[in-house]
Amino acid sequence: MKVRQWSRDLGLGLRFAFAGGREGWFRVLLTAVGVGLGVALLLLTTAIPNALDVRHQRDEARLDYTYDQTHRPKGADTLVISDIDGSYHGADLRGRLVEPEGPRAPLAPGLSRYPAPGEMVVSPALRRLLDSGDGKLLRERLPYRVVGTIGEPGLIGSQELAYYAGAKGLASHINGWQTARIKEFGRPQASGSSSEGLDPVLFLLVLVVFVVLLMPVGVFIAAAVRFGGERRDRRLAALRLVGSDSRMTRRIAAGEALAGSLVGLVFGTVFFLLGRHLAGSAEVLGISVFPSYLNPSPALAVLVALAVPAAAVLVTLFAMRGVVIEPLGVVRTAKPARRRLWWRLLLPLGGLAMLAPMIGQGADNGDFNEYLVVGGVLLLLVGVTALLPWVVEAVVARLNSGGVAWQLAVRRLQLSSGSAARMVNGIAVAVAGAVALQMLFTGIEGDYTKATGKDVNKTQMQVQLQPGDALGPAAAKFAATKGVRKVTALGGFQVGDGSFNTEEGPKVQTSVTVADCASLRTVATLTSCHDGDTFVARGGDKEMDAQAAQLTKPGRKIFFNTTRGNVDGPDFRWSVPGGLRQVRAVADVNGNVSPGFLMTPAAVPHRMKSLISGQVYLSLDESVPDVHEYVRNTAARVDPMSDTQMWAATERSDKFTSIRTGLLVGAACVLALIGLSLLVSQLEQLRERKKLLSALVAFGTRRRTLSLSVLWQTTIPIALGLALALAVGLTLGAVLLKMVNATVGIDWASVLTMTGIGAAVVLVVTLLSLPPLVRLMRPEGLRTE
Amino acid sequence: MTPPPGSLLAAEDLRKAYGPTLALDGAAFSIHPGEVVAVMGPSGSGKSTLLHCLAGIVPPDSGSITYAGRELAGMSDAERSALRRSEFGFVFQFGQLVPELTCVENVALPLRLNGTSRKQAERAALTWMERLEVDGLKDKRPGEVSGGQGQRVAVARALVTEPRVLFADEPTGALDSLNGERVMELLTDAARSTNAAVVLVTHEARVAAYSDREIVVRDGKSRDMERAV
Amino acid sequence: MSIGHTLLGLLESGPRHGYDLKRAFDEKFGHDRPLHYGQVYSTMSRLLKHGLVEVDGIEAGGGPERKRYAITDAGITDVERWLVTPEKPEEYLQSTLYTKVVLALLTERDASDILDTQRSEHLRSMRILTDRKRKGDLADQLICDHALFHLEADLRWLELTAARLDKLREAVTR
Repeated sequence: MKVRQWSRDLGLGLRFAFAGGREGWFRVLLTAVGVGLGVALLLLTTAIPNALDVRHQRDEARLDYTYDQTHRPKGADTLVISDIDGSYHGADLRGRLVEPEGPRAPLAPGLSRYPAPGEMVVSPALRRLLDSGDGKLLRERLPYRVVGTIGEPGLIGSQELAYYAGAKGLASHINGWQTARIKEFGRPQASGSSSEGLDPVLFLLVLVVFVVLLMPVGVFIAAAVRFGGERRDRRLAALRLVGSDSRMTRRIAAGEALAGSLVGLVFGTVFFLLGRHLAGSAEVLGISVFPSYLNPSPALAVLVALAVPAAAVLVTLFAMRGVVIEPLGVVRTAKPARRRLWWRLLLPLGGLAMLAPMIGQGADNGDFNEYLVVGGVLLLLVGVTALLPWVVEAVVARLNSGGVAWQLAVRRLQLSSGSAARMVNGIAVAVAGAVALQMLFTGIEGDYTKATGKDVNKTQMQVQLQPGDALGPAAAKFAATKGVRKVTALGGFQVGDGSFNTEEGPKVQTSVTVADCASLRTVATLTSCHDGDTFVARGGDKEMDAQAAQLTKPGRKIFFNTTRGNVDGPDFRWSVPGGLRQVRAVADVNGNVSPGFLMTPAAVPHRMKSLISGQVYLSLDESVPDVHEYVRNTAARVDPMSDTQMWAATERSDKFTSIRTGLLVGAACVLALIGLSLLVSQLEQLRERKKLLSALVAFGTRRRTLSLSVLWQTTIPIALGLALALAVGLTLGAVLLKMVNATVGIDWASVLTMTGIGAAVVLVVTLLSLPPLVRLMRPEGLRTE
Repeated sequence: MTPPPGSLLAAEDLRKAYGPTLALDGAAFSIHPGEVVAVMGPSGSGKSTLLHCLAGIVPPDSGSITYAGRELAGMSDAERSALRRSEFGFVFQFGQLVPELTCVENVALPLRLNGTSRKQAERAALTWMERLEVDGLKDKRPGEVSGGQGQRVAVARALVTEPRVLFADEPTGALDSLNGERVMELLTDAARSTNAAVVLVTHEARVAAYSDREIVVRDGKSRDMERAV
Repeated sequence: MSIGHTLLGLLESGPRHGYDLKRAFDEKFGHDRPLHYGQVYSTMSRLLKHGLVEVDGIEAGGGPERKRYAITDAGITDVERWLVTPEKPEEYLQSTLYTKVVLALLTERDASDILDTQRSEHLRSMRILTDRKRKGDLADQLICDHALFHLEADLRWLELTAARLDKLREAVTR
């Protein structure tokens, strides 16, 4: 009986929603777009873990584990592979040199066969890049013929730049970290757990990001189903006139909202599919995905499909609590009861209470209880939406004196502080969440960002050459490269008092630095220097100096380190000649002081030349466009396996970057959504006041006054909303930081940025609503009859 | 044709079209200080458009409007707005009171727009509300008062700047005859006491009877009955 | 207006002299036209004849105005019957104005001009009445309103006719 009545009334509402003529359709459409965007975002969010999972699996499957220390003989099923990752114009470039050693060599995922020497297979994105004008410099670096495309299973994103190039003689480069002989792809069983597993702090971050993004979406959906509320109320009054009772009316209203949210579900699915498709061609800070990765888990999708319409109905019923619809019109409970503070305060306090027990857990790497985290953060943020109406009401009631524009705005707010608060709730929640997250990020950034301690003023790039690459000619090539100012090329190897081929190695060790005189002067103070000279340097810490002193005694027999990774080399002994000049070592470009031998190239015994692995430090004129790419090209010419690094003041953990990016993208989407809903309600409100506006203009009100009053009307609640958001956000941030045991500090720059973004949304919305306002203020509005 | 000597506001040969509809087609008008002129005519005859043109709310397509020797057609929108603020007052049929402001704040609004301080403006507003017998409503909002009371508040607002011309567009249209006549009495009494001219657009003869003379508008053309006789 | 019934009604509150009757009538109803003594005399003799009033007494000096009249039971019944009988609504089916308009149309004169002039004249009367109403007491106001509403009715007819002149022209010139 009751169910039948409900379904009958809801059905009636549904029919009304669609039969309401142009206006009814417009309302349904508006609600549907709002709900649709929310649903799309929800679906996308539920799909992200899945996408990341697929990405992770793909990444695991193609792993070539080059760090394996076990010695493997060449066989019919082995492959020698070398990692030569690089970057091009800021994008990561995954590169592999491959040399199958037999017919059963393991095939990398996505490949049908290996390219022959001088050939390569590339990812579709790389092929596009190479074919385009942008790829000109990269073509020079990769002088291989493209013979195929890497299939999707071999890639982790649609925009990934990757290639496999065929090579010869790779086996001689096997070194236990860059080049290895492998029998299979994928993570070897021996290396333990199949995945790194998210560190609890990162896990906390991800949880909070999701909650922070989804909360405003919820608030937005709640606002969307109320679009066009005043017109609907009038229509419902007409229904009352023909005899429906107040409860029926409410259910009919809920039915109308249901219509909007059902259409919204369809829209949301379409938006999601569109977004999914777009996601395939987009790349966010080096992360791209294939559309097929973005599949929400069915259970979550069903949950969204059920929860959104249900929420729409509930929100409408809740919203109509304070509205009495009488047959002849709508009576808003004339003076609504003053909003109470206590239960509103309970929400954020409850949130704090849920988070408090976890304070300090980050230190011992204990896991956070995900339910408590989500619940606590949710309560704190919901607290914003509960507190904001109270704050707006309390503050606005005290505002008074001011100009006409101010007075108009304040009086309007006093009369309808609730709807004003509702308008900014979304932004407030988004900003509060974002501020907390920003704080969390900056607070723990130190843990995840290594200070490299490098001086980027003198050196901007570093190229590591392979052992045996001739240092002098390489340095000359770099010096001749466009945009290179200064080249410092330092080679080196280790010497010890015993053989490096034994299990324990030599007890006493020191280093040999090989370089021309100019480069040697960067590591030691030399009075005179000629090619063929050898020096003994002192000046490091005591222990190192003592070891060096032992090994540099004239006549001392010392061993050279000839091992290459896990591969033993021939023992080679050398007796220290007499009469070596003592010099003082100084801090090199890396900031290290290394005592030991300093040799000019001509002084190096011939047999040792192939042992020297060189580092080239480059000082660049960074105003030259593409200077980094020129250097990388030169490095590839010197040796394709050379490793080029940019020097930056700090390096950020990759994982961290992706979370931060997710937050930024999400926050942008959410704020755009909220801006849209603000604009819609603003326009609706203006349309309803068309006649009044025209009358005000008739008696000489300046357009500026009215525009200003519209601005104030949004600015006052937004300012209050932002203030509250900051308070809650900073509190939440401080608690989260305490939870991970990081020092609590406020990064004002990012706080201001988030606040600024929120304020910018208001400004944009106000600006966008001005043209319609000016149009409504035209005297034509007075013509009605 | 030149405006009759001594006229405060005069218009000649006004033309105004809204799209294909010709709202005014050569209408003329003149009014002296202290005079109450009714603009009559059937619905859609162009009465309201004539009022909007005379008040400088809508610029006519052609024709001249002179107010106190100044040509309205040559003024910018800002100048016309300023003129409306300081020299003209307006009463409409409905939808003119700002629902959020209290009655006294509504009445004080035109003064505030002219830069008068809030206190002073509200004091002056209260005096006018007393004259229109609605001072008891000062702290009520427009939604809480009756139609007749609201219209009196609107009249008080129109008069608070002591305008030299009061434009009233169907000021009693939404009222019963008793309330309507009371509003008309108060309006014309107050206008006479300040020597303001009143342009009264109405289609009701009994309202028009409060005027000194009438002008009939039909098909966008006007006819001044006094001068015609 | 029936003067006989009015005078009868005035007598209901008590016997009066003819002179008092005239004064009471003028005061209450005779704003526009005061009664002549002759009118009072002739009316009273008619009422006497029909037995609706009787002579209550005669003061010294003689003359018709010296007689004191009192109402009879028949008179009271008569007043009552008059009061409860609704007045027949007047129908101005053949008004002069209509004749004028039709004539103007037939002779191809400007009929709307006639209507406008008539409206102006009506409004002039209405202004005078409105002015009197504003200055007068409640009785004045009610009386003026009565007249004003009648004039307004005429004006409505004028408006309607003005709006239908073209159709009327077709009808009368066919």
